Amino acid sequence: MIAETGLIALWLAAALALLQFALGAIGLRADRQEYFKAIRPVAVAQGLFVAFSFLLLIWLFLRSDMSVRLVVMNSASVKPFIYKFAGTWGNHEGSMLLWVTVMGLAGAFIALFERSLKTRTLVATLAAQAFISLGFYAFLLVSSNPFERMFPIPAEGQGLNPLLQDPGLAFHPPTLYFGYVGLSVAFSFAVGAMITRDVGADFAKAMRPWVLGAWIFLTLGITAGSYWAYYELGWGGWWFWDPVENASLMPWLAATALLHSVTVLATRDSLRAWTLMLAVVAFSMSMIGTFLVRSGILTSVHAFAVDPERGSFILALLALYIGGAMALFALRVGTVKEGKHFELVSREGALVANNLLLSVILALVFIGTLYPLLVEALTGDKLSVGPPYFNLATGPLALMLVAAMAAGPLLRWRRDNPKTLLNRISIPILITAAALFSLVLFTTGMSVLALLGLALAAGVAVASFAPLWKRNLRRTPLHTYGMVIAHFGIAVALVGMACESSFTEENLVAAKPGDEISINKWKLKFDAIEPMAGPNWTALESRITAQYGDGTIHEIAPQNRMFAAAQTQTSEAALLTRWNGQLYVVLGDGDSQGRWQIRVWWKPFVPLIWFGGILVALGGFLAMIGRLRRGYKQRKQREYAEATI
Amino acid sequence: MNRWLLWLPLVLFGIFFAAVATGLIMPKDNIIESKMVGKPMPAFALPAAVEQRPAVSSTDLAQGKPTLLNIFASWCVPCIAEAPQLLALQKAGVEINAIASRDTPEDIANFLNRWGNPYVRIGTDTTSKVQLELGSSGVPETFVIDGNGIIVHQHIGDIREEDIPKLLKLLEDAK
Amino acid sequence: MKRFLVLLIACLAFPVSAQTGLPPAPYANRQLDDPQQEAAARELMEELRCLKCQSQSIADSNAPMAGDMRSQVRERIAAGETPEQVRSWLVERYGNWVSYNPPIASAVTWPLWFAPIILLLAALWLARGRFRKPKDDE
Repeated sequence: MIAETGLIALWLAAALALLQFALGAIGLRADRQEYFKAIRPVAVAQGLFVAFSFLLLIWLFLRSDMSVRLVVMNSASVKPFIYKFAGTWGNHEGSMLLWVTVMGLAGAFIALFERSLKTRTLVATLAAQAFISLGFYAFLLVSSNPFERMFPIPAEGQGLNPLLQDPGLAFHPPTLYFGYVGLSVAFSFAVGAMITRDVGADFAKAMRPWVLGAWIFLTLGITAGSYWAYYELGWGGWWFWDPVENASLMPWLAATALLHSVTVLATRDSLRAWTLMLAVVAFSMSMIGTFLVRSGILTSVHAFAVDPERGSFILALLALYIGGAMALFALRVGTVKEGKHFELVSREGALVANNLLLSVILALVFIGTLYPLLVEALTGDKLSVGPPYFNLATGPLALMLVAAMAAGPLLRWRRDNPKTLLNRISIPILITAAALFSLVLFTTGMSVLALLGLALAAGVAVASFAPLWKRNLRRTPLHTYGMVIAHFGIAVALVGMACESSFTEENLVAAKPGDEISINKWKLKFDAIEPMAGPNWTALESRITAQYGDGTIHEIAPQNRMFAAAQTQTSEAALLTRWNGQLYVVLGDGDSQGRWQIRVWWKPFVPLIWFGGILVALGGFLAMIGRLRRGYKQRKQREYAEATI
Repeated sequence: MNRWLLWLPLVLFGIFFAAVATGLIMPKDNIIESKMVGKPMPAFALPAAVEQRPAVSSTDLAQGKPTLLNIFASWCVPCIAEAPQLLALQKAGVEINAIASRDTPEDIANFLNRWGNPYVRIGTDTTSKVQLELGSSGVPETFVIDGNGIIVHQHIGDIREEDIPKLLKLLEDAK
Repeated sequence: MKRFLVLLIACLAFPVSAQTGLPPAPYANRQLDDPQQEAAARELMEELRCLKCQSQSIADSNAPMAGDMRSQVRERIAAGETPEQVRSWLVERYGNWVSYNPPIASAVTWPLWFAPIILLLAALWLARGRFRKPKDDE
């Protein structure tokens, strides 16, 4: 009965979404106040029903109800609790239901708490949100019903791929979905504003928390995904510009640009059309990313989850939403004024530079990712576009972006004096120059890009704190602290990236137990190799004693794991983190003479890459709290003022 | 801002949509074809893989008569599947030379005893060196070579029964 | 995002049955003695695509064929070939697919390399109308 109840709840939610859309569309056309009043409760009800449906699916997974096909295909009764739970969204149908659930709840949240937006714009936004949800409901109910029963009922499920059973992985997908949904809300706001032609500071302020929230989740998702690839793949690479990685990067780039342009719109009521376009592009990128990943159009040799039918469905939704929004943009934005002008040397000027550079980088990632597809469609030639292209094409632009990031927060709105800017930024420039000079003198073999990146990061790390200079730190708003920390995080990550690419040392050896391996200041002693058994794997574990130059001793144990059920073999790298870097040890195959392949890397300062990513997200979080608190206070004051008149 | 410029995003999206939709409709293969087809066989000389058959070198493949060069391995399952077809080709009078990829003499001998031996010569390529020379990316693969040692055709994957007439025709044309 | 995971896993975890019994080619996992040559080989290996797993460089792959390719690259570099010679040797056999670095001088791929400049100019042109000259006040 639970599965049927879930399905009914899903149908009801879909019907409510249809009603929500109809109320909005008809209400706006006929300008009927009673329709406007009705749309809020409908949105709340839709959110509740879809959430109820998702909870029931979780319940089915936790109970290991083997009469439901989805549970059979993706779970097993002996699995640990946490993976049963995470198994709910570790598959196509469940993840789509999660997506539409978060979307429904976001709609309910807007309906309940959004008070500053004009009624008509709010109604249009809710209608747009319902329209997007309808596509996902159709997708679920027509072709991917998560509650489908199965006869005869099997005794046991097929289980989740054992390799996917990693605590980090269990929560990686929802993090990205939250980000995507946040961008879909921003998209709905943009569509709503285009319909009512009401694009201004209020609209920007209503949209901003959603963009910020989405951006925080995307930042965390990418950071976690990159670290996972780094430790799990066993080759020490943290970013390979793989199409699937790019699919997660593109929405982040667009969201970052949007976050900055929405600030210009909220503060100075400028960049209206541009902000609308970015909101549309940001959501497009999350849909396109999902499409690229699900359809397998770019990497279909690993044809596990590839399903052309699903791909076509997502592509159809994509065409409907994105094509529709872009047509609306072309029709409506001509009548939207672009807003106030400003001088080149001004806070707005720096933010425009930020937006242009981010957009160009985004376009390059997009083109580079899809170019092989385009060429194959046109000429039949197969080609690869990878790290050499992306690094060279986007690297210099990224450095310009970081430089703009250092200067921007030090500029005044509307206009500023170039000379005073130079004054304010003289110390960071000196630091960058000094760093560049000493790097050229004391290091060898650094690429130009890494050299400039490291020098710039030194200056920017200092410059990012300059907005706090000579300010009353207790009265500085929280969102300023957020910006400072996020910008500092970028500099920190840049240090990690430059150091990783320039100073990594590698040692590949075939060693017998008893042999010594040295790398940088480390001396590793290969003590022994022993078999081990885990719940669903067997492994060979090597015991290695690692001694650093200062005498500290650590025990590490990289493994070579065999998963019997899946017939797969993985390397479990051993990572040793010090303040100045990470030692990365992998056990490879053995040979007939009793030697083992051991790969050792010393990667100076590499953890800074992900530490920087976490700082960036933390900065976003502080900004979010600061903005929400300020918005709440302002509303209270306004209500108080209105009440006393 | 120019009015036409506002339509630009939609136009760009249209291009994206067209490219992706074609990509979705077109059957996607992930076969990397060798660019050596139409070029002379690169020079190589591989030692004999088993005692029963002599070694193979590129000069053996340019003796005035079209030949097949089959790349196989004892650890490769599709190679077992295509073994009967290779025997049929041998019966039809085709000279088949072979390269055993990443394999040991014992395993190759066992494989041939069990699944038949259609080969005239077998060389052993323990480090994929010749395979890389040929632009081959896996096993099994079969190259059609004309009498002058020019590579005429590359067959990727196992040879099925229905492929035989085509291969025979290619060999005939290469005369 | 499940595909993201599956894809990565597919690349790192080969079906055990497809492994061959033979040890890898001599220089598959052995560095060259000359650090400069090794650095050059390493850089090239990161830009060559693994034939078997399709979405990894040969430097990051466990596939036996990738090991054999690494060995070839190191041996050729040790024998005095430049990385570009080794790259074009492979491109001659497998096409541009094998290299992650698309050529600039190619009818098909030159637009890729000019895209950054073209896009940057287009972006500046788009932004030009936004700015007010410093002198004229509001």
